[in-house]
Amino acid sequence: MQNTRRKVLKAGGGMTLYALLVAAGWLKPGDAAAQAWNKSAFEAKSLDEALKAFGAGSSAQSKDIAFVSTPDIAENGAVVPIGITSSIPKTEAIAILVEKNPSALAAVFEIAPGTEPAIGTRVKMAQTSNVYALVKADGKYYAAAKEIKVTLGGCGG
Amino acid sequence: MKIRATVVGDSTEVRVLMSHEMETGQRKDAQGKVIPAWFIQNVVVAHNGKPVLNAQWGTAIAKNPFLSFKFKGGAKGDKIEITWVDNRGEKRTDETVVG
Repeated sequence: MQNTRRKVLKAGGGMTLYALLVAAGWLKPGDAAAQAWNKSAFEAKSLDEALKAFGAGSSAQSKDIAFVSTPDIAENGAVVPIGITSSIPKTEAIAILVEKNPSALAAVFEIAPGTEPAIGTRVKMAQTSNVYALVKADGKYYAAAKEIKVTLGGCGG
Repeated sequence: MKIRATVVGDSTEVRVLMSHEMETGQRKDAQGKVIPAWFIQNVVVAHNGKPVLNAQWGTAIAKNPFLSFKFKGGAKGDKIEITWVDNRGEKRTDETVVG
C-alpha cells in the first residue's frame, strides 16, 4: 500500500490526483503534504446547502462560542476581522459562514489536539449579514451567530 | 509571508500575514469579463514538523490573508513552518523560529 501510494504520487502529483486518491479512500485527509478541499461545501450557495455539504445537518446553539475582536459594524466589507473562540471540550474544527455571501462558507479550521480552539482571520462580506461560527466538537456540531453591518460591500465590481 | 511566533505563557501565539490576491471570481474587469477566481484553498501550520492547524479556505477570505491562533507548548527556537496551496496549484512554504 505504502509503496503503491508513493509510486502513484510520484507519477502524477498535484492536487487533482490527490483529490482523487482521497475520494477513493487511499489517503486520509490531513496527510502531511497536501490535503482535501471540501469543494461541495465551499461552492454551496446558501447557508443550508453549505451546512449540509459540510455534514452539519443539525447544530445546537451554544453560548460557549464567542466572537472576539469582531466588529458590530464593518465600514469596509472587503476586510472584516473575525475572531472565534470555543470553550466546548474536544473542539475539532471551527468554520466561519457568512449567510448572505455568494457562497456562505468562508473557512474551515481543523484544530489539532493541543491547539487552542481560538482563531482569528479576516473575511470579505458582500453585505450586512449574520455571520455563523460552527464548531465541531466530539463529533457534534454547535453554532453561534452574530450580525455584522456592512457599509461598503466587499464583493462584486 | 510574514510570520510572527511568540511564546505567551505556556502557549505559542502564531500570527501570519500572507500575500495573495484572493480573487473571488465574482468581479469583472474593465471589459466586463469575469476575473477568474484565484485564492488560497489550504493552509497547514506545523510546529517542529507536527501539524498544529489545518485550514481550508474559500473565496471569502480577505485579500492578503491574516491568520492568528495559539497552540500549547512550544519554546524559543522551535521551528514553525507554514504552507499554503491555492486553486491554481501554486504553493508556498515559509518558516520561522519561535521568538
